[in-house]
Order: sequence, then structure tokens, then C-alpha cells
Amino acid sequence: MRVLSLGRWLRAGRVPPREPASRPSGHRHSGHRPQGPPQELPQGPSQVPPQKVSVEVLEHLEHLALVDFRDSEGVERLQKAIQFADQLHEVNTDGVEPMDSVLEDRCLYLREDDVTEGNCTKELLENARETVEEYFVAPPGNIPLVKLEGQKTFLQGSK
Amino acid sequence: MGARLLGHALRSQVSAALKEGRVTPTELCQRCLALIKSTKFLNAYITVTEETALKQAEESEKRRKRGQPLGILDGIPIAVKDNFNTAGIETTCASNMLKGYISPYNATVVQKLLDQGAVLLGKTNLDEFAMGSGSTDGVFGPVRNPWSYSKQYKEKSVPKSHSEDEEYNWVITGGSSGGSAAAVSSFTCFAALGSDTGGSTRNPAAHCGVVGLKPTYGLISRHGLIPLVNSMDVPGILTRCVDDAAVLLGSLAGHDPKDSTTIQDDFKPFELPDLPDVSKLSIGIPKEYHAPGLSSEILSLWSKAADLFKNAGAKVVEVSLPHTRYSIVCYHVLCTAEVASNMARFDGLEYGHRSDVKDSTESMYAATRREGFNDVVRGRILSGNYFLLKQNYEKYFVKAQKVRRLIANDFGKVFGSGVDILLTPTTLSDAVPYTEFIQEDNRTRSAQDDILTQAANMAGLPAINVPTALSERGLPVGLQFIGRSFQEKQLLTVAKWFEKQVQFPVIQLEEAERHDNGVFQHQKSASFS
Repeated sequence: MRVLSLGRWLRAGRVPPREPASRPSGHRHSGHRPQGPPQELPQGPSQVPPQKVSVEVLEHLEHLALVDFRDSEGVERLQKAIQFADQLHEVNTDGVEPMDSVLEDRCLYLREDDVTEGNCTKELLENARETVEEYFVAPPGNIPLVKLEGQKTFLQGSK
Repeated sequence: MGARLLGHALRSQVSAALKEGRVTPTELCQRCLALIKSTKFLNAYITVTEETALKQAEESEKRRKRGQPLGILDGIPIAVKDNFNTAGIETTCASNMLKGYISPYNATVVQKLLDQGAVLLGKTNLDEFAMGSGSTDGVFGPVRNPWSYSKQYKEKSVPKSHSEDEEYNWVITGGSSGGSAAAVSSFTCFAALGSDTGGSTRNPAAHCGVVGLKPTYGLISRHGLIPLVNSMDVPGILTRCVDDAAVLLGSLAGHDPKDSTTIQDDFKPFELPDLPDVSKLSIGIPKEYHAPGLSSEILSLWSKAADLFKNAGAKVVEVSLPHTRYSIVCYHVLCTAEVASNMARFDGLEYGHRSDVKDSTESMYAATRREGFNDVVRGRILSGNYFLLKQNYEKYFVKAQKVRRLIANDFGKVFGSGVDILLTPTTLSDAVPYTEFIQEDNRTRSAQDDILTQAANMAGLPAINVPTALSERGLPVGLQFIGRSFQEKQLLTVAKWFEKQVQFPVIQLEEAERHDNGVFQHQKSASFS
């Protein structure tokens, strides 16, 4: 007994599927690989024209993230990521509230402000590489990243 | 074929065997450790905690001798993904950033397992910081799918010279909980913990032929799970049969005062009926899950599965989740944004890798992060920070949050219309060879592979992969069930019924057979055919 209504749409198929092996299968779909990227998968270019990210923004990002792009591939990756994300703008979200949490209908649990554990200074300091007595030791602060000699990021080097 | 000890189902067999004294916890532990050694080429484990495992097994044995086992898990060997904190044991997240980091505490789920006497064999391999869908991007190298070495796969491979075959034909486990899936699949443990943010438990479960459960967000504590996306992460459960997943769920679920995102409702552990009945249920088939690139094999299996339910008297209907195709884009923005925030804690000061650069705090931080993170992680941090820039916040981050609501609402509407469970494929195809997988970069792969699993994380719903059949290449293919929030009992009941119908074959692994040979004569396995 077949589920006809389901069978109809499941077997019709919108886009030619990828065949895993060359052996003839009993399935109705013939084996052939889709030509080029599938249309429905949101991976192609979006409707919004791709925006080029300015060098200022890239530098700002490196500074905020304290992570560098390393090379042009890194920058390209960001461009692609932005392009991919631009597809969100195809969706009509008028009157829709942003969702912070799937548990938004419940009250967040707050426990009593009582100390229930602690006294683990020694264990916590064990994992740090540089400590002095009970302090974590950091190099001098308040020195902006960009003013250091010899420490050029990829972007600065390419200017 | 005599049933193999290490291949036993947890609840119905090995636990009973321990109870009746037919095998001791120490013996069980030793066998698992030996098998881990001989399957080292799978690279499923980052750390094997041999000494502590044997000690735990010894303690379990003493308890059992006194007739005081802590429960069904007492003495059972398990493995834990290496992004869960484990006291006194290195926790690396497969990253240079945390190499050498010894956790000072146990994650709540780890503590719960240990409190019930489980024996922790080791920490399993993953994609770096759980970012990826192949378990190929960690610093300890890729995990190999045990099915690459199975009789079933080898028989279907194009014959080449033996060594060439294995070296170049091996397939990925999927990810990011690939190590855990491989560990369970290759019989080195009876259950393993994974994590699931976009499908990271269900994807490798499908490729490795094991059960992978993603619980409802808020059911199991995330305390001690190194976070990726706080609003979507959940600990995942990997086992060889659905009954075992129910056992693990029962041991782990429940409110944790240390994780305020766990719900406060009482959780009652449950046992699944021996003969589940699906005739009164409504099964939904979301048409958008017929995604481009879905292999015709999986399409056919999905269709057959729908027929199975219909023939059993269930109501099977086509449904629509119209925003499905935007789920992966939405995930991309929210994930990178939360990652950018979560990775900010790695600065070299309190723990983890620290660069030798001393000129300034910021330069030390930057160098530490450059040295500690791989390209995937760094790429996501940068993208995330971009979407969180003041000028982009509304346009991307808030927009994604709105789309998230639309996706969650889609599910709400479908479940509200009387559908109990959704049936979908888990992956687009069976596992691909490693050499093919690495042709595309991590982000592209994740975008492709997460498409069927991601939406459940968006909506916080429970979902499970059930191994269904072998593909033409002799590799596992699974199907996914998605349930209503906190209705794990119904979800697992349906999964168990389906599992019984499909009788997924046992992997025929030479190494496992060698370790288990003829020692344990037992009645026919309850869950395997």
C-alpha cells in the first residue's frame, strides 16, 4: 500500500539529486549530477549588491577581535560570509520581534545570593602560565595594538 | 553468530550481565581499553584515561560485590567529547588554545555520569571548538569512520591493492562529535556524550550508524560544556540503540542550579514500552526537507519510512516549514556572533595557551589568539564581530533573531495543527571519503551538511537520528525524527518503534571481533538482527 499523495511529491523531485554510486538502483531517478549550484540552496549571490568592506572596517575588526586576517584569503572569507548573510534580507520580518531565547516564555532561574562554593584559588592559578602570589600577571596595558614596532598586521603591511 | 560482549546494548544486555556477575566491570573496562588501542588508527580518542578508568571499574566491582550498585550505569564504560570539562583530565577542544589545559572541575553531565558509577574511558576527538561537520579540523587530526574498515564497505569498494584501499578510501565520521560517534560505533564504549549546536551529534550519528539524540534546549545542563552558541548548544547522547539513549537521558536530564537555562520542571526518567504503538500518531513530512543535493537513496528510504508509518495506522501528512531554507543563513549570523563573544575569554591570562609576546597586553592577546586558534575559528570570530558592529547590529544580528522567530513559529504552527512528530532525512548523503570532503572549505561544508539538522537547534526542539539502512556503498544512512519541546518520551517511543522495523545491521569490524571472540555466549541481541 503506497502513500500516494506523499509519493507524488517525494518522487517528482524539484532538482536532480546527486547519485552516490554507479550501480543501477531500483529508484525512479536516473543518475546524473546536478549542473552547477542547486537553485534553492541559499548559497548563490543574494539580491543585495555585495558590499566591499573598507580597510578601516577591517582594521577595526582586527582590533576588536584581537584576531588578524592573516592573509587575503581571510579577507575574502569575510566577504563571502557577508554575502551569504545578506540573504537574510529577502525575508520579510515586519512586525516580528527578535527572539533571544527559545525559553522566552519561562522565568529565568535565579538562585539565592549565597556563597556555596569557592576556596579554589590554588586550582585556578594552576592553569595560568604566569602568576605572582595570587595574581595573574599581564604585560603592560593601555598600549594600543597599532603603535607597536615590528608587529604589523597583514592589512598594515599591504598599505 | 554468538553475541559479542562489547557489541551489547547497554540496558538490555551488558547491564544485566554485570548485575548477574557474568562479567565484571574490570573485565569490561580492560576489553574496551584494549579495543581502543587496537583501533587507534580511527583517531577517535584524544585522551585515554586508562588508570582512572580502571580505578573506577575497581570501585564499581566492589560495589557490585556488596550488592550495592549505584544504578544501571554502574561499571559501564563511556566516553566524553573533549569540549566537556573533566576534573584532573586534559580538555582541549581539539585546539592549540587549550592544549595542556587540565580542567579544575567536572561538567555537570560528567559529574552525573560518574555519580552513577559510569567508567570514563577518555575524551573523544572533534572539530576544533566543535566548529565543523566532518571532525576533520581539530589539531589532533581527523577522525576516521569505523565503517571505512567494515566488511560491508570493503565488499562494495572498487578493488585496489589492500593498503591503498584503506589509506585513501576511508570516509569521514561527520561532525563535530565524530570521535564520540566513532567510539560508540566501533564498540569501544557503550555510550558517549557529544554536543549539538547545528547537528553536531545527529550528523556523525547518521554517518557512523548509531543513535544520536539532541535533547530539548533547557533539559540537560550545559554547565561545563565549553560554549559555542549559548542559545543553541545542548549536550548530545550517542548510543547503539534507542533504549540506551533513554537510559542516558534519564541520568542526565533535570534542572541544574549551575545552569540557569535549564528549566525547573521536574523531569521523570522513563522506560520505553517494549512494543511501541504508533497507530494513534500523526507524522509530518516537511516538504522543504527535500533539499537540493539529497541523494536518491535517502529520498527513497525516507519515502519507505513514511509508508511504514502509514501501514502501521499512523496518519502521515505532508507539512510545510516555509523558512527552512533561511535557517542556515540565520544560523551563520547568530552562530558567528555568539562565537565572537564566547571566544573572547581565550586571552592567555587565566588558562590555555599564552604567547611569549610581552610588549603589551593587547599584543599578547592578539598573538596568543593567532597562535591558538585555527583558521576556521578565527574566521568565525571575525565574521561575528562584523555582524555585531554598531552599524550592522540591526541589519544582521537583530534581523537574524527575527528570522529565528519565524523558523520557530513554523514548527509551532505544524505541531499546533495536530502533527506529533516530524520525519526527515538527517544528512544529504552517506559519508564521503576524506579526500573528497577536504576539497571544500569548512564553512561551505557546514552550510551544506547542517541544512537538515540545523532548524531543530534554532527552535530548541528535540531530535534524534535513527540508523536506518546501508547505502549502496555499504555505509550507514539515518533518518531524523523531530519532536515537540520536552516530549522526549514520545519522540523516543516513535524512534524505538522505527528502529525495530528497520533492523539496522551490525557493523562487521575485524578488530572488534578479534577482541570479543567466543568469550561470551549469550542469547540473541534484543536490538540487532
